[in-house]
Parts: sequence; structure tokens; C-alpha cells
Amino acid sequence: MPAVLIEDIHKRFGSLEVLKGVSLSVDTGQVVAIIGRSGSGKSTLLRCINGLETFHAGKIEVAGHVMTQDPTKLRELRKDVGIVFQSYNLFPHLTVGQNIMLSPRITKNVPQAQALALAKDVLAQVGLSEKFDSYPDNLSGGQQQRVAIARSLAMQPKVMLFDEVTSALDPELTGEVLIVMEKLAKGGMTMLLVTHEMNFARTVADTTVFMHQGLIWESGPSKELFANPQTPELANFVKAGAH
Amino acid sequence: MQTFGWPEILFILRSAGWTLALTVIAFFIGSIIGGAFALMRLSRIRWLRRFAGGYILVIQSIPVLMVLFMSYYGLSALGVELPPFLAASASLSIYVSAYLAEIWRGSIESVPRQQWEASMSLAHSPAQTYRHVILPQAVRISLPPTVGFLVQLVKNTSIVQVVGFVDLMRAGMLVNNATYQAFQIFTVVAAIYFAICFPLSRLSRHLEKVMNASRSH
Ligand SMILES: Nc1ncnc2c1ncn2[C@@H]1O[C@H](COP(=O)(O)OP(=O)(O)OP(=O)(O)O)[C@@H](O)[C@H]1O
Ligand SMILES: [Mg+2]
Repeated sequence: MPAVLIEDIHKRFGSLEVLKGVSLSVDTGQVVAIIGRSGSGKSTLLRCINGLETFHAGKIEVAGHVMTQDPTKLRELRKDVGIVFQSYNLFPHLTVGQNIMLSPRITKNVPQAQALALAKDVLAQVGLSEKFDSYPDNLSGGQQQRVAIARSLAMQPKVMLFDEVTSALDPELTGEVLIVMEKLAKGGMTMLLVTHEMNFARTVADTTVFMHQGLIWESGPSKELFANPQTPELANFVKAGAH
Repeated sequence: MQTFGWPEILFILRSAGWTLALTVIAFFIGSIIGGAFALMRLSRIRWLRRFAGGYILVIQSIPVLMVLFMSYYGLSALGVELPPFLAASASLSIYVSAYLAEIWRGSIESVPRQQWEASMSLAHSPAQTYRHVILPQAVRISLPPTVGFLVQLVKNTSIVQVVGFVDLMRAGMLVNNATYQAFQIFTVVAAIYFAICFPLSRLSRHLEKVMNASRSH
């Protein structure tokens, strides 16, 4: 069974149809990049996968959970599906360590000592062990984003979603975040990432999906897709370079 | 004629105690009711939202004095005699609840929406999100206006004298009627109000600093 199965999703905001029948299947351990112009529905699709947006028609299954509006079942699903946002969204009143330990503690009743070990482990994975007691405000954007990734990892998710996680960063800080994501990908994490980093999509993602006007316009193995776009829309998009 | 001496000063100080007691009670009860109304205002259930909104609107649109008259004279016309202290506590609590509800609703709403999304995405329940993510941030935001309101409350308690309750202000007037040493008396009364309110204002500023420091030490 695929790790993520999206079947014919339709989503409207008022009268604006943002997703017009999107289907996508992602296998366990696969890395899928989603690219496309601003407004093409990339974020909306990603947010449907962890229930931050509801949809009008279609079906989503992720990490063995069927998408539902039932709050208890939705929380079970979210334990297995991490998401990292463009704006980091760390909890500013908590230290880095507390940010990471909070969710395992309160949603899975992980004992304090074990949560601490877990937090140290994921923080080491993103190369920020020395920041355990820092507050988010005292970290650079790149460091905050790495902590956000660590916070998600501490839930030991089966699928990770990334929504333009480097777009808010100064160019010199994107590298450190991309390195962490690449390491995750190599380590076998199932990942869906919306990105404007075409290089990263081409080299790290197994599959790249090009969204256009609320549809998956074209998709395929990343290297082929970038080398031989089949549609003029993707050709133009690739030629224009990212945006 | 009496002169303004220690017995009078003691009387004024005792009455200041009543003003304080009334403030504390009104603030305490008003906080509980106000907190509940703030959450109701933000509820997903429409009738709860409307009910809380209506309550706040009505209370904020009539002078506290009317609430006080209604709970004291209104109820006594119905045959329920409320002692002045109870009537005063009740009406001030209602007044406090409506204003704190609005201050706190605003504070909760000013926590960015993304904090909700991040919290819910980490599989927290709405209650856990409130408790661990939203309220700690909202409390910080609400502290200065809340303590500011408390200072207003200390001064506004003086209206309770209309139902025969002897608070700090009323005590000053009574002593004045007996001694006619208005300047000295009201200097003492003003000094007591100042002694209560000034530390509160300082506290508010101090808390603000502590909160900021704890975020970036
Ligand atoms: N909450 C909302 N209410 C109304 N319209 C929305 C909402 N969220 C998104 N939209 C609209 O839906 C469309 C798709 O938005 P979405 O954020 O999914 O695009 P995107 O591909 O992620 O774009 P970007 O690259 O700019 O992030 C846009 O036209 C957007 O204005
Ligand atoms: Mg987007």
C-alpha cells in the first residue's frame, strides 16, 4: 500500500476551485517534489494531506489512515504525518528543547527522560545540539527551520510534508536546511515537498509533480521531467527558472 | 468640632481595606466569568459566541452605576435584600467580567493563526493547543492591559458608596463632614489611592520586562 494515496481531490474556496481533481500516489521511502506557479494549489494540496484543509470530493489515505474530520482519528493521523511550514512556527515562549519535547509528552505520554533523549537525538540530527536551551527568537531563520524539522521528527512520523521551507530564508541560509532534508531523504523518509528550489527537486526528489491551475499537469521521474518537459506550460516554467 | 487625628486616619485606612477587598473580590470573580466569556466569544458554536457577545455588549453599554442600582434597588423592590457589600461585589464582578473578556479575547486572537496550525499539526487537541501554545502567549500579551484595567478598577470602586457602602472615598467624605479639614483629609485619601495604584503600574511594567527577558536570555 502506498504511504500517501490521493484520489481525485476537489477543493474550492468559495466559488474558486483550487484543486480540480488531483490524484497522486507516493510509495514508502519515496521523495516527491511539487512545483508550480504561485496560486496553482500546491500548499492547499499539502494542507489537505494532514487535514489542515478539508476538501469537497475525493479521498486521501496517508500512513495507513483514511482522512477524516473526526477529531480523534485526525489526531491519530497527524501523529504519523509531520509538516514543516515556510514560517517555521516554533512556539516562541518555549525553549528549543521544550518545543521538541512538548508533543511527544502530551500526545503520546512519552516519559520525561525518554522525551529528553529523543529531543537530543533529533536535535543532533539537524546539527543544533548546543541550542537545546535557547529560545527561538535567538536563532537565525535557518536554525529555527532546522528546529522545526527536529520538532516534527520527534513525533517519529511516517510521512513528512514540507511547504516551501526555505522560501523565507536568506539565500546563504537555505543550504543548511536543504542539507538536513537531503539527509532525511537518504535515510528513507517518505517526503512530499513543495519547493521553488529546482535544483533540489531535480537532484533529491525521485518524482517531481508539476501543478498548474489546480491540476497535476505533468509528473515523472525528476531528472527526466526537467530534461524533457512534455507540456509547453512546464517547459516555460522550467525555462523561466523557478518562478 | 472634631479634628483630623489618628482615629480618623485609622477609619480611613480601614475603609481603604474595604476598597481593596472589594477590588480583589471583583477582580477574582470577574476574571473567572470573564475568562469563560472570552472563550465563549471564540467558540466554534455560534449561539455561545452570540450569547457572550450580547452579554459583553450590554454590560459595556450601561454605566456600572446602573448595574449596581439594579442589583441593589431592583432586587430589593422584588423583595430580595442584598447587603451593600454583596450588591457591590456582584455588580463590580459583572462589570469586570465584561471588560476582561474583551481584553482577553483580543489577546488570544492576537496570537498568530500559524501557532494554531503548528500545534494542531503536531496532533495536539484544541484544549492542549489552548493550554500549551495559545494561552501562555496570550497571557503575556494581556498582562499590561489587564493590570492597567485593575488600576482603573481600584479607582472605580468608589461608586459603591451610592448603596451606602463605606469605601475609601466615602470615608474621606464622612471625615470631612465631621472635621472640615478637606485638604489634609483628601491628601491622605489620594495618597492611599496612589500607594495602591502606583505599585500596580510598576508591577505591570516589571512583568512586561520579565516576560521579554525570559524569551531572550
Ligand atoms: N484560505 C483561503 N481562502 C481563500 N482562498 C485561498 C485560501 N488559501 C488559498 N487560497 C487560494 O487558493 C489558490 C491556491 O493557493 P495555494 O496557496 O494552494 O497556492 P500555491 O501553489 O501554494 O502558491 P504559492 O506558490 O504562492 O504558495 C490561490 O488562488 C489562493 O489565493
Ligand atoms: Mg504555497
